[in-house]
Formats: sequence, structure tokens, C-alpha cells
Amino acid sequence: MKETGQLVADPDDPRLEPYARNPEAAERVVAASFIVGILCLAAFGAAYWQAASEPYLGGFMAGGMFALGFGFTAWGKYLMPRGPFEEARHSLARPEPERAAFQAAIVDRGAVAIGRRPFLVKLLGVAGGIAGVVMMFPLLRSLGPLPKHSMFTTGWKRGSRLVTARGRPIKADDLEVGGIITVFPEGHEGSAQDQTLLIRVADSAITTRPGRETWGPAGYLAYSKICTHAGCPVGLYEEETEQLLCPCHQSLFNVLDAATPVFGPAPRPLPQLPLMIDRDGYIRSQSGYLVPVGPGFWER
Amino acid sequence: MSSETPVEDSSPNPRVEAARSSMTRRREGRLAAGGLPGMPRRGARSKRSNQSIMDQALGWVDDRLGVSSGRSLVDKIFPDHWSFMLGEIALYSFVVLVATGIFLSLYFDPSSANVVYHGVYKPLRGQTMGVNYASTINISFAVRFGLVMRQTHHWAADVFVGAIAIHMCRIFFTGAFRKPRELNWAVGVTLLILAIVNGFIGYSLPGDLISGTGLRIMYSIMLSIPVIGTYLAFFVFGGRYPGNGVIIPRLFILHVFVVPLIIAALIGAHLYFLVRQKHTQFPGKGRREDNVVGSPMWPNFMFKTMGFQLMVTGVLLALGAFFEINPIWKFGPYLPYKVSYAVQPDWYMGWLDGALRLMPSWEFVGFGHTIPLEITIPGVIMPGLTFALFYAWPFLEARFTGDHAMHHLLDRPRDRPLRTAVGGGALAFYFVLFAASSTDVTANFLHLSLNLVLWSFRILLIVLPFVVGFVTYQVCLELMKVPDSGKRHRAMIVERSAEGEYHGYSAEARPGDGAEELEPEEVPTYLPVDELVGVGAANEETEATSKGVRQAPR
Ligand code: HEM
Ligand code: FES
Repeated sequence: MKETGQLVADPDDPRLEPYARNPEAAERVVAASFIVGILCLAAFGAAYWQAASEPYLGGFMAGGMFALGFGFTAWGKYLMPRGPFEEARHSLARPEPERAAFQAAIVDRGAVAIGRRPFLVKLLGVAGGIAGVVMMFPLLRSLGPLPKHSMFTTGWKRGSRLVTARGRPIKADDLEVGGIITVFPEGHEGSAQDQTLLIRVADSAITTRPGRETWGPAGYLAYSKICTHAGCPVGLYEEETEQLLCPCHQSLFNVLDAATPVFGPAPRPLPQLPLMIDRDGYIRSQSGYLVPVGPGFWER
Repeated sequence: MSSETPVEDSSPNPRVEAARSSMTRRREGRLAAGGLPGMPRRGARSKRSNQSIMDQALGWVDDRLGVSSGRSLVDKIFPDHWSFMLGEIALYSFVVLVATGIFLSLYFDPSSANVVYHGVYKPLRGQTMGVNYASTINISFAVRFGLVMRQTHHWAADVFVGAIAIHMCRIFFTGAFRKPRELNWAVGVTLLILAIVNGFIGYSLPGDLISGTGLRIMYSIMLSIPVIGTYLAFFVFGGRYPGNGVIIPRLFILHVFVVPLIIAALIGAHLYFLVRQKHTQFPGKGRREDNVVGSPMWPNFMFKTMGFQLMVTGVLLALGAFFEINPIWKFGPYLPYKVSYAVQPDWYMGWLDGALRLMPSWEFVGFGHTIPLEITIPGVIMPGLTFALFYAWPFLEARFTGDHAMHHLLDRPRDRPLRTAVGGGALAFYFVLFAASSTDVTANFLHLSLNLVLWSFRILLIVLPFVVGFVTYQVCLELMKVPDSGKRHRAMIVERSAEGEYHGYSAEARPGDGAEELEPEEVPTYLPVDELVGVGAANEETEATSKGVRQAPR
């Protein structure tokens, strides 16, 4: 090779031509992108220092990154050898003798060194199995309590006073007909599984199910607010149709008829809480819910 | 050094051989001269200081790690087709996720304990909220650049999952998953699942009303699994919903550590397989099963791809800067008994939400047990089957077609009408599920009854995949008949003569039109041109040729 240096590739090789038809113009574009990028990044620095608003900060940073990236890519795409170049692809699978030797090294050597101690292998297997099972115990047991009976209970007891999320007790004359409020058993304000809707409807409109004759005094009906589908709070009450709508997947429950689902994926009515009005006019529950609240589960 | 000339004559590719042997020679010479690696060397070479520093650095590392054996990586060929860029979008979104995520975790406080907010955002002052919510509000309003970072993180997550999905479509429709790439397909499916999972966990972290509702539904989905469901839900949430305050810290460590680490490791495996097996390529001139044609890793691909990383970053930052996403301050803090209207999850959860909406209320009750099929089927079985099918597809197809051969050349989708039809049908299925996640919005918008919308979607879910599959199949057959569709044609010019006669002819060839693609050749090693410039004799030569390589480093 000459000391002056020499292209190993022939400079006339069309493969080394840049992609761009006009390399000078391409170079100018790349240079312009880099300059824009540099300016944007500098502007970001200044904007950050001056505590400019977020869109300025983000915009300058974005512009800087994009412009630099554009220049970079254009350089790589238009000003570099165009190829096409190739590389050979060889089979990844090794020739048979090599493969056999590899397999022998693992299998045969293993068989000699390990396989002739079958008793130890068995012990090792037992140890592994035991370790696997036993280590699951504390892991699972400590992650959470066992469900036990808790899925079947709520904070509602016999005689629980109905209170608002802020703890204010509800009196029998607090709601107008058509009124609705989210209530909790006193002492469990805000609790997820105890959330209950208290709705007041015209007494005459209610379809009373057998066994529930005393559950809705003075037109007050109370239903669990947890959708029996996937557990969203059944938040929307349409007064004119007397229906409760779950916004998650649009299940509709008929308030007047024991909150039976009339539309959507919810499979069961919202459980009803039996109510009573005490001597001082406070609304209380006659008992807790008689069925588990919320979505279905295996033990239900 | 002129002694190398004979080598050039005898070697199949003299230029490359010459360069290779000259490289070895230089290195040997250096060692023979007794120069300490890392020390400046004397003589003619010290003039080219830039080069010699790089040379020295590489030599220094090579002495210790033998990096020169990585030459084939430097020469690795990347096909130039645009569709190979989709996976890169996913990769670069992940990089942005990690970078913005680290920023967020400097300020985010993963605790659902209650605090009263006293920060800068006035409308929420005095409200009780989770610490996680308060700290996210803080990131959005009090941390400089915080809002952009948060929104960019969220946008990047959406783009990440989207890019993976589209990338996967490319692999599927071109048959790139066939032997020997089944394993990498499985790694890819796992990455898709983990991306969706981490996205869901991520938007559950801030503790706003919508994210809390999402967690509540996730709890119910766990609950719906027969036999173990209740236990699973209790263990994950630390008790009956909403648990005892452990869920946010648990999700946090999964989100910022466990899942990203697994994703990073799998991306590593994905790319390692890719390098081992080399890229697939579309058929074309000089492209065979036993080669790969395109641009070399260094410098072409490196420049293009680093630039592309920056451009993806720029686009994601621009989205984060100018397009509001997940404005949690508008939703308010999560309270288990509050809910907002028209709750929609991030787009990649839409298919599950839609499935929950379309499923009829078929709860199974019997034998003293309940299986809430209205949740189990759309929430557990459907996604489970989906991913199981994804994993199994390469093997199913191989068994179905009996094709167990190695494939490095890609299919054009039309040439495999059945696979393309199945893929089209599947896309239609998931698209209907996705669209069904907005039944309420659709009904409101079109002033239709919810019932009508629901039933339309249910029917579409069954019918549309078959229609799309059938149409796709037919279109593929039609396209197969067109002999060289997809190739570039010259423009047809139609002229009307004064008499009203029409006649057409093809346009003049534009530059590049007729340019046949060159036969590919091995990546040449070539010494830098700057050695030529400045040498009087060589200048002539430089001007004599207008070829780019001499102009580029001018
Ligand atoms: C694997 C890919 C990842 C995905 C798909 C993802 C997705 C998300 C999403 C959608 C959010 C909600 C953002 C919002 O408030 O609107 C989020 C929040 C968050 N992410 Fe990630 N993320 C990923 C990786 C990471 C990593 C690697 C880190 C940290 C090292 C991180 C840290 C955080 C933090 C601290 C938050 C809560 C703060 C906030 O919500 O503003 N993420 N993530
Ligand atoms: S959670 Fe109420 S409809 Fe799904």
C-alpha cells in the first residue's frame, strides 16, 4: 500500500456513492438540521433557567432532539455509501460431529458423573420439590390474609345508623322523593365494601318482593353501591326512569323492583339493605346484607 | 507495504483482503515496535492524530478484550425496508420510558396514605387525597419540566405498546416467525404482554379516580377465577378490596423495577437472537436464503438509527409538551364510592374493556359455587386464549402447512392468502372489541339506544372477522394474478389530439427509474479519504472522480 494512503475500495465503485443525487444539497440540509437542533437545545436551557411554561420547555427539547435526529438520519441515509452490501448467512446448526460431541459432553458426561448416583439424584429432586412448595408458604401467607369469611360480611350490623361519607347521620325527612345519597354504617365512613345507596321514591311505586315488606320504610330503599358485575360504584341515578346506571359497562338496575338488572352485563340485583326508622327519626339498618355484596366469586 | 499487491491478485475480493491484512499488519507492527498500547506513537502516523487516538483506544481495548473479533458485528447488514423500523420505534419508546420514568420516580411517592393537599394547584387545596395522588399533582404543577416528563412518559407508553403491536403484525404477515425464529416470536409476545401489564400498572399508580376504578375492575377479574380467585385477589391486594394500603407500593416496585428489568432482559435476548440469526429480508435482486442485503451496522445503520432514536424522542416529547394526556387533576382523587362518567382506559386495555361490555350476563351458579362467567370469559379466558394462540401460532402454522424448512426470505402477504386472511380476521375481531369499549359514547354521539349499539357490536364481533377474512383472501388471490404489481412503473401519459383521439405512451425515464438495483457485495473496508487529500498527486485523482466517498468527508 502506498504511503500516501489508498482507498481499498475503488472510488469509482458505484456502491460507495451516496444515496443523494446532490450530495452538496444533502450536506446543507444536514448542517441546517444540526444548527436548528443546537439552537433549540440552547433555547431549552434558557427557557428552563427562566422558568418558562411547560409547552416551551417541552417544545424546545422536542425540537432539539428531532432536528438533531433528522440530521443524523439524513447523514446516514443520504451521504453514506449506498450499497447494497451483503453478508453471508451460514447455517446456525453446527455440523453433525460437533453437535454430537456437544450432546455427548452434556448427556454422556452427565450420565457418568450424575446418573450413576440415582439415590442422590432422587434426594435432590425431593429437596427441590420441598423447597419449592415450602417457600411458597410464607410468600403467599404473608402477602395477604386468607379470605376466610370476610367476603360474606360488611360493616353493616343490626341497628347501624346510616351516615354520609362525612359521618352525618340521616334522618327520615332528610331526602325528598327522588333524592339519592351514598351512605355508610356509622363508624365505617368511606368504606369500599359498605358503600350503599339510599334512594327515596314514592311509596306506592315500589314493587315489594315477598319477605321484604318492611325493608323500605317511608319510601326509602337502600342498595349496595357495588356493581355486581365488576365492582364499580353504581354512580348514576336516572330519576325519570328510576334506574341506576353503572358507568363502567352500562349495567342498568331497576330501583323500584329490588334493583334487578334490566340491561348490561351485571348478572344479579344489587343486594338490598333492610331499613328501619328509629324513635328519634334516624334511619338504621334492620340487619346487615343478607347476601354477599359485589361481583361474583367462587365461594359465593 | 507495497508487498501486499500480490495478495490482492490471489484473493477473491482483493480490496477487502488487502484492507484486512493491512489492518493486522499495522497492529503487529505496532506491537513489534515495542510501543506501549495507549502511548502516542512516533513516525508518519502521528500526524493523523484523530485517527491514531481512535486506533490506540481500539488497540488498548483489543489487547484486553479481543474486541476485533467483533468485526462481523460492525459489518452486520440491516435490510433497508421501512417495515424493519417498527421494532425500533418500540425499542426507542422503551428508552424514553426508562429515562422519563427515572425522572418521575425522583418525585413520585408511592403511598396511598391520606394527606390534605396544600400545594400550588388551587382547586384541590384542602382536599384529602392519597400521597400518591398528591405527589403526581405535584409533579404536574410544581416540578419544573415535570408535566412534560409525565405526559411524555404516558405517551411513550401508548406508543410503546402500539409499536410492538404493529411490529408484530409485520412479523406475522410476512412470515418472519417461521423456523428458525419461533423463539424470538415467543420473546416478542412476552414483551407485548409485559408492556401491556406495565402500562396498566403505571396508570394505576397516580391514584386518581379513573385509575382507582381500573384497579377495582382488575380486583374483580382476579376474583372471578374459579377456585383460587379469592385467594389470588387477597394476596395481591393484601386483603379484601381495597386492601390494607399495600397495593400502590407493590405496584410501584413492579412498575419501576421488576417488570422493566424483565423487559430489558428480554429485549436483550430479542436482539441477541436477531444478531445470531441475522435479519430476514424480502426477496429481490441478489437476495437469497444464504445472505442478507442492506446497509452495514457501521456507520450507515448507526447513524440512521441513532438519529431515529432522537427523532422518536423528539416526537414523544412534542406529544408530551402539546397534547394533554391523563389530566388527573380533572378526575380528582380516588374514593372507592366515587365514579365518573365515560371512563375509558388506555387504548391497549380497550379490547378487554370492550369484551367486558359485550359479554352477556351468564353467571354460572351450581354445586355450591359461583363462576362469574360474565367476567371470567372476557377478563381471563379470552386474553389467555389470545396470548396462547399468539405463542402457538408458529408451531400451528408449521404443522398445518407441513413446512418445517428454514426461512430467511420473507413472504409477501398476498402470497400466503390464508395466513393473511386469518390475520386480517383476527385484527377485525380485536378492533371490534376495542371499538366496543366506547359503547356509551357511541350511543350518545349517534343518538342511538345503548341496546342497539350493544347488539350491533355483538353481531359485528362474530361477523366482521369472517367478512374481513374472506375479503382479504379474495384480494390476495386477485393480487397474486397481477404479475409484477408492486414494482415501480413509469408514468403513463395520455394525450388527446386535436381530432379528439387519445393515445398513451410511457413517460421519459426519470433519473433513478431505470437504475437497476446493483448486485450486492460484501462490505468493503476502505481507508479514509483524507489521507488522499492534501497529497498533491492525489488531488488530481480526487477531482477526476465525482464519486461521493471522496466528497463526503471533504
Ligand atoms: C416498561 C415500560 C413502562 C410503561 C409501559 C410505563 C407506563 C406508565 C404509565 C402509563 C404511567 C401513568 C402516567 C400518568 O400519570 O399519566 C406511568 C407512571 C409512572 N411510571 Fe412508568 N412505564 C414504564 C416504565 C417505567 C420505568 C422504567 C420507570 C422508572 C424507573 C417508571 C416510573 C414511573 C413512575 C414513578 C410513575 C408514577 C408517576 C406518575 O404517574 O406521574 N416507569 N408509567
Ligand atoms: S362494573 Fe358495573 S357494569 Fe361493569
